[in-house]
Amino acid sequence: MKRFRQKPSSEILTETPPPVVEELAAPKTRTDTRESPIAPDDPLLEYFVNSQGFIELEKLQLASPALESLRSDGIKITMPLISQGELIGLLNLGPRLSEQDYSTDDRRLLNTLVTQAAPALRVAQLARQQQAEARQLERMEQELRVARVIQETLLPKELPQLKNGKVSAFWRPARAVSGDFYDFLEFPDGRLGIVVADVTDKGVPAALVMATTRTILRATAERLVSPGEVLKRANDLLGPNIPRNMFVTCLYMLLDQETGELVYANAGHNLPYKRTADGVVELRATGMPLGLLPGMEYEEKQAVLEEGGSLMLYSDGLIEAHNPNGEMYGFPRLKQFIVDYQEDRDELSLIDRVVEDLWQFTGDGWEQEDDVTIVLVERQKVSRDEDAAAASLEPDWQAVAEFEVASEPGTERLAMDRVGEIVSELGYSGTRLERLRTAVAEATMNAMEHGNHYQVDLPVRIGVYTSAAALMVRITDLGGGREIPEAVQPDIDAKLAGLQSPRGWGLFLIDSMVDEMRIKSDEKHHTVELIFNTEGDKL
Amino acid sequence: MKAQPFSAQVRQQPNLATIDLHGEINAFAESELTEAYRIAEQTDPGTVVLNFTDVSYINSTGIALIVSLLAQARKSRRRLVVFGLTDHYTEIFKITRLSDFMSIFPDEASISSELV
Repeated sequence: MKRFRQKPSSEILTETPPPVVEELAAPKTRTDTRESPIAPDDPLLEYFVNSQGFIELEKLQLASPALESLRSDGIKITMPLISQGELIGLLNLGPRLSEQDYSTDDRRLLNTLVTQAAPALRVAQLARQQQAEARQLERMEQELRVARVIQETLLPKELPQLKNGKVSAFWRPARAVSGDFYDFLEFPDGRLGIVVADVTDKGVPAALVMATTRTILRATAERLVSPGEVLKRANDLLGPNIPRNMFVTCLYMLLDQETGELVYANAGHNLPYKRTADGVVELRATGMPLGLLPGMEYEEKQAVLEEGGSLMLYSDGLIEAHNPNGEMYGFPRLKQFIVDYQEDRDELSLIDRVVEDLWQFTGDGWEQEDDVTIVLVERQKVSRDEDAAAASLEPDWQAVAEFEVASEPGTERLAMDRVGEIVSELGYSGTRLERLRTAVAEATMNAMEHGNHYQVDLPVRIGVYTSAAALMVRITDLGGGREIPEAVQPDIDAKLAGLQSPRGWGLFLIDSMVDEMRIKSDEKHHTVELIFNTEGDKL
Repeated sequence: MKAQPFSAQVRQQPNLATIDLHGEINAFAESELTEAYRIAEQTDPGTVVLNFTDVSYINSTGIALIVSLLAQARKSRRRLVVFGLTDHYTEIFKITRLSDFMSIFPDEASISSELV
């Protein structure tokens, strides 16, 4: 049987003729895996497509190079294999071993064989084609997974630790890879460069342009100080290096960590929102997206991020997300959300809450339309009053130990161990000692994060007290004047479904570990009292 | 007791990947833990096992990291199971309802017998 290929994409099985065919065939009959010798314009091709059954090549009168080739190969009989009007193969036979002509019975048998072989061959072809496509798809998916990992290495591995504040970021591509990115550049003089950019389109083309843009911006920002100049230079360098019809919107900002002064320029990116005690304002500066036209100038503006203020930078994917009713998330909703957010009453940060609001808005099963990037910069209020006056102690409590720890990530472990040792030395034992340790660690973390905003020079004061029937650990920070939310059981179903941030366990854990949790606040301080009932030396 | 830096190693077995966790699971563990889980997923195992035998401390941020891994595992229809938790952290897994979504085994041998 000759292998025949009418369409380059379809494979044709090369079959050894079944025994009945072999018996009929001359020794010359063989399996041939060559591509079809029939050229697309050869009249034999059309003849085969329109013929069925037994064709004796000797009787054909066609000016066909393929016909000559078949004859010279010793082929006497050809039977086209047709499936759904498409020629998918040929069953070729040489002369009979007996050198007699093919009989009527032979013809009937061969006709039956061809009728059954054609659909079987077609099924095999399709199965093979499907396997090849599945392998190809798997290869592409694997490549995309690698591309995603590579792209993630282009994003900051760690967020910068601000002297008097905090930076947080959220990045989620619509596809395996993203055209959005954010970046931070820390300069020796203490200033922080902040970049948020969005390449037109999404997926692989956008991701490739993203990598180029990031490199150019980094190289440029290290040589030039002025954000307007950085964008101007980046625009000129990027233009010849990105495809036509693609461009990059980009916001570049310098933050002076000491004074909160901001200098920024904007290449067509969404205007950042600055949140202050008086409300939310947009930071406006004009400029064309990068990569569209060479020689552009970028307006440079200045602002101040006040103590206690925050700044949100974000990409289109957030604003242009749609809910099932086709409504867009939009600027007004985001702005109002930032206005309404009360950090003092919320265990989760503004960025976590915005993401949660986005998931709630878009609903279950949202097919993310565009890459989403959000960067939040918060500048903390610096409390200059370090006199951590403890709340008044009721008379039946006896102080056992008081100490302070610095507000530094990880320090809660020290507080936990120290309190654990103090309580053990008092002679208390029991399995609830572990509960006490966990409650102290979580309460200290909350005090450092939400009360003292991880300002290293602001201490958390910790005291251990006993009474006749209880043990108390009191933890005080300098975040007075804020209200602490009630401890409620976090909704793990919503967290697992991606509808809520996975965080937000601290207060619930504390409440679950202790017999009683009391919260006290004054203008300057905030105190959590963890109370464990005792029975003799049993905790 | 000094803080113990976090590390994680992945062991691959047929249809099973075990992540051996060492140290403290808190905010500092995030990148290492995420990377270990990514490696564990590479062979597309039906079950991913977290070995807590050598874990001395888990805080609420650590709980959040485990919730994130669990969400990922459920998304890819993978089973996430754990062993080696102390009694205290077993209690925390119950209080937080993590145990509703991931089986807790006393040791590695009991996982093997269950999977067989």
